[in-house]
Amino acid sequence: MEMPPPNAAILAQKAELLRQLGRVLPADAIISDLAETRAYECDALTAYRCPPMLAVLPRTTQEVSAVLRICHAMGVPVVPRGAGTSLAGGALPTADCVILGVARMNEVLDTDYDNRVIRVQTGRTNLSVSGAVEEDGFFYAPDPSSQLACAIAGNIAMNSGGAHCLKYGVTTNNLLGVTMVMMDGSVIEIGGAHLDAAGLDLLGVICGSEGQLGVVTEATLRILHKPEGARPVMIAFDSNEVAGACVSDIIKAGVLPVAIEFMDRPCIEACEAFAKAGYPMCEALLIVEVEGSEAEIAHQLHLIAEIARRHDPVELREAADAEEAARIWLGRKSAFGAMGQINDYMCLDGTIPVTELPLVLRRIGEMSEAFGLKVANVFHAGDGNMHPLILFDANKPGDLERCEAFGAEILKLCVEVGGCLTGEHGVGIEKRDLMLHQYGAADIEAQLRVKDVFDPTWLLNPAKVFPLSTTESRRTAGIAAA
Amino acid sequence: MTHPQSEAELADFIAGAKGPLQIQGGNTRGVVLDGDVVSTRGLSGVTLYEPGALTLVVQAGTPVAEVEALLASENQQLAFEPMDHRLLMHTQGEPTMGGVFAANISGPRRIQAGAARDFLLGVRFVDGQGQVLRNGGRVMKNVTGYDLVKLMAGAHGTLGVLSEVSLKVLPTPETTATVTVRDLDLAKGIAALSAALGSPFDVTGASYDPQVRTAYVRLQGFEASVRYRAEALTKILGQLGSVEVLTDCADLWRGIRDVASLAGQPGDVWRISVKPTDAVALIPALGATQVLCDWGGGLIWALMPAGRDLRASMTVPGHATLVRAAEGTVLPRHHPEPAPLARLAAGLRAQFDPRGILNPGLMG
Repeated sequence: MEMPPPNAAILAQKAELLRQLGRVLPADAIISDLAETRAYECDALTAYRCPPMLAVLPRTTQEVSAVLRICHAMGVPVVPRGAGTSLAGGALPTADCVILGVARMNEVLDTDYDNRVIRVQTGRTNLSVSGAVEEDGFFYAPDPSSQLACAIAGNIAMNSGGAHCLKYGVTTNNLLGVTMVMMDGSVIEIGGAHLDAAGLDLLGVICGSEGQLGVVTEATLRILHKPEGARPVMIAFDSNEVAGACVSDIIKAGVLPVAIEFMDRPCIEACEAFAKAGYPMCEALLIVEVEGSEAEIAHQLHLIAEIARRHDPVELREAADAEEAARIWLGRKSAFGAMGQINDYMCLDGTIPVTELPLVLRRIGEMSEAFGLKVANVFHAGDGNMHPLILFDANKPGDLERCEAFGAEILKLCVEVGGCLTGEHGVGIEKRDLMLHQYGAADIEAQLRVKDVFDPTWLLNPAKVFPLSTTESRRTAGIAAA
Repeated sequence: MTHPQSEAELADFIAGAKGPLQIQGGNTRGVVLDGDVVSTRGLSGVTLYEPGALTLVVQAGTPVAEVEALLASENQQLAFEPMDHRLLMHTQGEPTMGGVFAANISGPRRIQAGAARDFLLGVRFVDGQGQVLRNGGRVMKNVTGYDLVKLMAGAHGTLGVLSEVSLKVLPTPETTATVTVRDLDLAKGIAALSAALGSPFDVTGASYDPQVRTAYVRLQGFEASVRYRAEALTKILGQLGSVEVLTDCADLWRGIRDVASLAGQPGDVWRISVKPTDAVALIPALGATQVLCDWGGGLIWALMPAGRDLRASMTVPGHATLVRAAEGTVLPRHHPEPAPLARLAAGLRAQFDPRGILNPGLMG
């Protein structure tokens, strides 16, 4: 992936920038030593690294505002960073940028059970939002796989999803309000504990804008009471087609499980070898989870089993108790670790219409042979969000490039069958250059015009999301204007 | 009035327009603006319906009734339960899908399932220069680029005219029951709704009608499950007032959805969105003739004496829309935005409609 070359004029201002930042931030909030800025050289897309010019770790919205005002005046690009778990390179620095990390802003500001909302600083991790209300029986629904580490700031930037969004929705459906600092340092408040916007749905466009419109420092999130219980059933099939048809039939029957996870044979084999969850060796495995009281769970699982049996499953295993439930989830939850043990891997995130599943899996299998790289598929089947994991060897010259080319072909296929490039990880730099496969030039231009309104000088995370050629004139004009 | 019969005709017309345009779907919300009327009713029909994928793509002018009938044939529904404004507004016409999304119209189930905007997966629209644009798609999870889909939902046609929408639909629940709690004053009524919504029992409607001092809590799903949850809620809510479980309640919720209790009465009708528990202090301060609470108290419908600016009594955060203005009432329809947000909104309108011809002045 190409990144814009560092601007020498900006680099030359480093000493002056440090001096100005030192006036608004305590010394421990500024990181300028090369050895230390290396900690911010990449996010979870580790194939691409570049230490930033500086990193700052403010503790308050006012400090964020002061930093942005200075960078804005000096024309220095700023890359916001949550916990740095982006798989798309959303927090990848350029050598001439300031990394603005919100990790130190992790307080719960208000918990309101009567109105079912929580107000947090956005450096707080996803799981610890639920953790703050768990004892009282509540939880925050979006649950990305990285939830132990990822920050709400990044969840908002990428509009993160998770395994349970079939029922509960993704971040944008659970976000009610934000405090956001604009690139010029001004602070705006949008929404709150009430529902729906008064004017244009600015919150809707901010969520998922990959840190390009503003830096969100506080958020009001919807919390829900936990269900009385939850239990999975595992259903094994001897073909992807049949498993796909079963998913469709479950949905059509009016059962709305909280999660429907799908694993194909290469994934099952790898997970089994790694986690020994006791999965049967088959072509496709579904894990379907339902929620409610004991009786409600039993009723729904009975309906699902009836539908599944019509598709002649190889095996159908209901969890009899919590231990068995945990074992059913064990393999799925260790999928990424299992792959990591075998090899380096790249995790894709395209979404397809559920009905196209068999075709897409077949085509991925053919491409896997053509590229000579193995691929395992694990994904959220209820909503068509695929996660093909392509295995490669980072130490082997040319393998990464081959892997990326393979990934690009899969994503193009997703678009071709009516889907999209990314369902929950974001575009970042990873899918930036594929955007013109999904959108026409005018559709991209419409999005750039939105950024023009929020960040007219194009200093916030400028080299992401859109192909560099489509943003070049704006980026250079912005820096020249400062 | 112009009736483009295709997206291309719509685009040509807007590109060649010389002055302000009023964008109209079914015209059931009684909005009257200056400018030539452009109707989307000619853009009608279902492009794609995949019940197994819970997705539907329709032309913007397609009547809501047509879509609901199609979905019903597969036992599915529009889960955000869009209101039909005809009763309250005393209008004719046919609500359209484009109108529902352009105004982000959601009913009682918004509290559980989400708003219209949460179900909108993709849009095609014509901007103020006559350019056809698209955003989003037809899959349920999509974070590819900026979410202009949300921006278009609730923009009331001021950023562009919707030509096609794709949306997520959901299965129709097998059974519905309503737990009613009577003899509750306002504070207890809202407390009852908070208790129900804060329970694990997946409430799909939570309304309080001060006129009859009754709270209504809706449960939906499989029959045995609904019965179980109704019993559980009866125990919790029985501490607050006398409880009865209704099983025949479709008309009740249609009435709440369409604000039937305020229809046909003279005065202005306002729609207020606040934090649910703020309703307790706010409602007595409004000086309203009659009110109805939905969304656990977070949505207040208020019938006010004509011409009185309800916003002056808004002592809590939130916003109020003047949905039905009596003859002679001259007040802005939409809540004025704080200056920094108004600047952003104006900036976006200048980008998408630089000539300012799409429903000018409607939103501010």
